[in-house]
Amino acid sequence: MKACVIVFPASNCDRDMKVALEASIGSPVDMVWHRDTQLAKYDLVAIPGGFSYGDYLRCGAMAARSPIMAEIKKHAERGGHVLGVCNGFQVLCEAGLLPGVLMRNAHLKFICKDVQLKVERADTAFTGGYKAGQTVTYPVAHHDGNYFADAETLKRIEGEGQVAFRYVDNPNGSLGDIAGVYNAGGTVLGLMPHPERLVDPLLGGIDGKPLFDHLVKTLAA
Amino acid sequence: MSTTTPKITPEIVAEHGLSADEYQRVLAIMGREPNINELGIFSVMWSEHCSYKSSKKWLKTLPTKAPWVICGPGENAGIIDIGDNDAVIFKMESHNHPSYIEPYQGAATGVGGIMRDVFTMGARPIANVNALRFGSPDHPKTRHLMHGVVEGIGGYGNCMGVPTVAGEVEFHKSYDGNILVNAMCVGLAPADNIFYSAAAGVGKPVVYVGSKTGRDGIHGATMASAEFTEDSEEKRPTVQVGDPFTEKLLLEACLELMATDAIVAIQDMGAAGLTSSSFEMASKGGVGIDMNLDNVPQREENMTPYEMMLSESQERMLMVLHPGKEELARKIFEKWELDFAIIGELTDTGRMRLFHKGEQVADLPIDPLAEASPEYDRPWKPTPKRAALPAADVPAPADAMAALLTLVSSPNGCSKRWVWEQYDHMVMGDTTGLGRPGGDAAMVRIHGKKKALAITSDVTPRYVFADPVEGGKQAVAETYRNITATGAKPLAITDNMNFGNPQRPEIMGQFVGAVQGIGEACIALDYPVISGNVSLYNETNGQGILPTPTIGGVGLIDDVSQAVGMGFVAANESIVLIGATTGHLGCSQYLADVLGREDGPAPSVDLKLERKHGDFVRSQILGGAVTACHDLSDGGLAVAVAEMAMKSGLGAMIENLSAGAPLHGWLFGEDQARYLLTTQNADTLLAAAKAAGVVATKLGVVQGSDLTIQGVGTISVAKLKTAHEGWMPDYMAHPDFED
Repeated sequence: MKACVIVFPASNCDRDMKVALEASIGSPVDMVWHRDTQLAKYDLVAIPGGFSYGDYLRCGAMAARSPIMAEIKKHAERGGHVLGVCNGFQVLCEAGLLPGVLMRNAHLKFICKDVQLKVERADTAFTGGYKAGQTVTYPVAHHDGNYFADAETLKRIEGEGQVAFRYVDNPNGSLGDIAGVYNAGGTVLGLMPHPERLVDPLLGGIDGKPLFDHLVKTLAA
Repeated sequence: MSTTTPKITPEIVAEHGLSADEYQRVLAIMGREPNINELGIFSVMWSEHCSYKSSKKWLKTLPTKAPWVICGPGENAGIIDIGDNDAVIFKMESHNHPSYIEPYQGAATGVGGIMRDVFTMGARPIANVNALRFGSPDHPKTRHLMHGVVEGIGGYGNCMGVPTVAGEVEFHKSYDGNILVNAMCVGLAPADNIFYSAAAGVGKPVVYVGSKTGRDGIHGATMASAEFTEDSEEKRPTVQVGDPFTEKLLLEACLELMATDAIVAIQDMGAAGLTSSSFEMASKGGVGIDMNLDNVPQREENMTPYEMMLSESQERMLMVLHPGKEELARKIFEKWELDFAIIGELTDTGRMRLFHKGEQVADLPIDPLAEASPEYDRPWKPTPKRAALPAADVPAPADAMAALLTLVSSPNGCSKRWVWEQYDHMVMGDTTGLGRPGGDAAMVRIHGKKKALAITSDVTPRYVFADPVEGGKQAVAETYRNITATGAKPLAITDNMNFGNPQRPEIMGQFVGAVQGIGEACIALDYPVISGNVSLYNETNGQGILPTPTIGGVGLIDDVSQAVGMGFVAANESIVLIGATTGHLGCSQYLADVLGREDGPAPSVDLKLERKHGDFVRSQILGGAVTACHDLSDGGLAVAVAEMAMKSGLGAMIENLSAGAPLHGWLFGEDQARYLLTTQNADTLLAAAKAAGVVATKLGVVQGSDLTIQGVGTISVAKLKTAHEGWMPDYMAHPDFED
């Protein structure tokens, strides 16, 4: 399996994502600079957390218009898998690859802590390592994770099974407790919590590890 | 108007914060009257903030050496060797005055500045720490200041992607008009690729990189060297504005360039900006510099030489490159979309010459300014010793468990979760589960390796106020205990000395005493000072802060899997107290929070005992005999047990062993050199303690979900925790608060 991590100016969870992916894949993962435009060889494109372009506008809005995004869209259209975490989720929403938008947290503060999530489906390349309905712990670390979509969109993604994860105890005001969503095909996943931060028992848990392991198992096949 | 006028008058000299004597020195050094640009440069270079003129004499007495110290004070930050070609670079610095005037930007740029100090030496920042002190919770400004400071720290550190892992938050009315924001950064560099600031090589290019220069922060260093008065709000324009996005790019660009062999010397532009950085580089290298200010990237039009030299615009660096490497460097900075400009070259004149629009606008000798700045031996008065305060003379609480509840839920005793959950403390993927904020010391693994750093900050200002020498010792000893309690070996400290007006002999006496205490502790504990910062004039209308020498400590554990946390681990494990308890209640948290008193002497610190107990506890942790460990500090034994319980949710049954001391002294006394630990085999541990000559007592066992002190009372851990976690969110959610 070939995976890469996209690096925007001020991406800052890029190394964490690379470490988590490499631990599951067992071979090096490429870092792709935002001005590069070659993604054809990858099975998985990961967009990491951070503050792309400082996030002085709406989070992810600048990155969503950078040259690499056209390539990521092509990759997704080819059926390639895309994982966006935190800022990566914001970028995917801003780029129109995922429905909805992430607004400022309801309490208006940055929040960094472990949260519990309910896994909605276990039949995708991302979540096949879990059981549907299982509760897992991932950390969140964001200022703008308050998921919003208009009523029609919300109805559609709920109806089509596009909700990937829900917060057990909603930390940011997200509609429907939504923590992560898929595209219609289930090949693009964006989520605010950080699975890559809990893949090593020393760091406080390994609940994120099955996500990466299952991606490797599925995409390497 | 020419850029070298107006004429210098006594009023202009006074406005620049120079005394009449100092101006006479200026005239002697120049051999003529300075122009306005030159006067401005003298003013910032000789400010207390940049010159350490009141403190130098005493700071020189601090122990700064150990076999593992690569670089002590005098550079941007200090450096220690942790083996395997890994060097740890750290420093703590204050941003007190700006944070009071504009809390968000003041705190943010404090964090940005200390990170630059660390990465300018070639290190990637791996952890941030913030020690914060605010005024009384009742003061009308406290909520606003705390809100802004915490958001500013988070706003900068979170964007940089450096975890904020440890720190302190305290309240005391002495900080009503002068809050303290002390920011520490810890970085990691290859020991064989460290960068220093000494310029060398006549003819080599002087290069400016980073953000453009604007008019912000002019005279910030001078502001930080004066007392506040009622009109301090007018100083808002002297506070800089931070841009963490640019700093993140600057960090990555600098580290990328540092991996090549292009750089001769590098210095960040912090306080006093271009002036201080250029003088420091030239002075350390014994060279001169010619600078063409027309080439300085400028954010605003028509900036004068005076403004450019004194601007404290953030996210800028000055470097000297090897000739021929300019294009390599330019490409890297252009990739990161940062300004890059060759603004001068090194000369053999020993002088700083500035040119602007074809005109020479300043010509100053470098050494007399940078090295021969004034040094004062300010008069000082030792702090009088306080009379003893036996526990028997201190009123006992009607209900000891209610007093415990008060202590764990007071502004100073409560959980600081509200603060540290606003900081990303996990990014970079090396903050260990046990080492997250809220424990004795944070633990951050060295990336890709087994070893880890233990990081903490501490000081007990009410002790330092009562007895600067013992208080200074205690601050160092407490960080030593914090680090030891994780299993790590304490290696070195940084000191951030926050005091009032040094021109008052009793304040200077506090400073001298604290330095003495810190020095004694460093020697006894083999735990030297490798960097630091002094912030004086923390006074408003003649009222000084409690003397606050904040100590940041760093330690090392070779195998992070051997580290322990402070929460109880399992029922039926024995709880053992290391160290003797006499029931010292002078200056205690019990006295302050339960009785509203701040009298009595500070606890005395037996440094030999600190060392002995620390070595014993560490050896027991590394030997696998200990399952959890916590050092005793504010609130004494009862609060320490409660904290271990609240961390885990497990309760404890504690025997009342107060025989000899009054019960409230035994429960809440703040005798030093003590630890609590849990073990599966108390007999073995007690025997080992006996063999080592260490006082150790089995106090009880971990059990259930209540904390019981036999014959005293019982309280549920859940109730303690609700109160402990509740104070700060409730306080900050106050309906009267409008930000």
